[in-house]
Amino acid sequence: MALGRNISVSEASRPKLPRHAKLKFDETRQVWVILAPERVLAPDEIAVEVLQLCDGVRSVSAMIDQLTAKYAAPREAIATDVIAMLQDLADKGFLTEAREKTS
Amino acid sequence: MSDILTDGKAATAPHDGLSVLEQRRSTAETFGIPLAVLAELTHRCPLQCPYCSNPLELDRGGTELTTEEWKKVLTELAEIGVLQIHFSGGEPTARKDLVELVQHASDVGLYSNLITSAVLLTREKLSALADAGLCHVQISFQGNEPMVADRVAGLKKAHEKKLEVAKWTRELDLPLTVNAVMHRQNLHQLSDIIQMAVDLDADRLEVANVQYYGWALKNRAALMPTMAQIEETSRLVEEAEVRLKGILAIDYVVPDYYALRPKKCMGGWGRQFFNISPAGKILPCHAAESITGLEFLSVRSNHSIAWIWQNSEAFNRYRGTGWMPEPCQSCEFKEIDFGGCRCQAFALTGDAGNTDPACTLSPMHEQIFKQAEQEAASDNNRFLYRNFAGGTLETEGEHGA
Repeated sequence: MALGRNISVSEASRPKLPRHAKLKFDETRQVWVILAPERVLAPDEIAVEVLQLCDGVRSVSAMIDQLTAKYAAPREAIATDVIAMLQDLADKGFLTEAREKTS
Repeated sequence: MSDILTDGKAATAPHDGLSVLEQRRSTAETFGIPLAVLAELTHRCPLQCPYCSNPLELDRGGTELTTEEWKKVLTELAEIGVLQIHFSGGEPTARKDLVELVQHASDVGLYSNLITSAVLLTREKLSALADAGLCHVQISFQGNEPMVADRVAGLKKAHEKKLEVAKWTRELDLPLTVNAVMHRQNLHQLSDIIQMAVDLDADRLEVANVQYYGWALKNRAALMPTMAQIEETSRLVEEAEVRLKGILAIDYVVPDYYALRPKKCMGGWGRQFFNISPAGKILPCHAAESITGLEFLSVRSNHSIAWIWQNSEAFNRYRGTGWMPEPCQSCEFKEIDFGGCRCQAFALTGDAGNTDPACTLSPMHEQIFKQAEQEAASDNNRFLYRNFAGGTLETEGEHGA
């Protein structure tokens, strides 16, 4: 957890995948996967869409704005869901904050 | 959006990746190509651990696949849908071409993991491996201090070196797993080993009780823990898992001798895993060559890796549940543990097709459990060190280290 340790996701966070977690499209199985030590996860389409926005530059707030525009849904509902999902991934060690935020 | 996201959270839970894919009825259904493969690059190793998972008959250096052969294997693995490659051994860093092989794994899109004893690494070599795209490092520890650790490893100053390499690993921003193989000679250090993993800034700790076949079976009398030690171990691990949530992930492998049900060995024979031996044999598990009478095909044969996985006699012999005798055949757990471990069944009963004696339903369970208890209570603490010469007995006073 060294890289993702104690991250609390808020709208100001700029999350990204740590070095040991790689998001990849598996051509053989035609599915997106997260590769991590001793583990392969199969995130669903929405999780994949959100994870692709996690580049360590874009803030969670900007991500929520983007998704609100795309899905024409109430911002508040999307914000709650996105933050909960990112926090869940962070707690499992699959998200970290951009480097300058942690060190 | 809300509903989908809720589903998304469920789908991103850390399930067994294969089961998730199987539920989706993708091409990775049962007997599809494994997601991860273990590449045992060499059986050469500077350590002499008495529980080594390599076979008693080690592959000599001269029989190892060449650099070009391994690169071809890595390319083929990526093409058929393998996602992760674990570079293991022996000691994989004993191969002079390791950086080249890691670079090749990166080039063909494989997620690479180095499973190492660390004692041969320099900071420069580790840095080169990181630059080549290495994704994760797993270092084995034999104890939390040199007295016990170097004795078990059979190598002087091994522990000191491991601590140094673990530090470099984190300095290079590589994720670190500490692997601690536990047995009667070091279980008293478990609390300190857990703290050591925290102090080393490790991401994961594997607390793996010895599995008894091959070298470990020969050393069972010196390694087998007592029931009291196992109970204390489970208590310590459970306590640490709660205390260190979000700091250190702990994977715990219980010793199956003291379990009621056998382990789901390899996730089921030929179901989700294979490894490649130094000489290129495709094996259902790293101990499979201990089962005599099975012929394992090599990457040097005329067959593709996918063909060997899907069609070879050795992989199909114990696949699924059709091969099972009673009491497995009518057992409600048969698709949960797949009858346990074939290598253990062979080592302890002489027939790999028998129920794993670790299961309480095996007619041999009682006898084996009693024997283990007696061995654990004995004061036979002398190791037979692992080496190419068939093993060397620990001498009085002068340890293998």
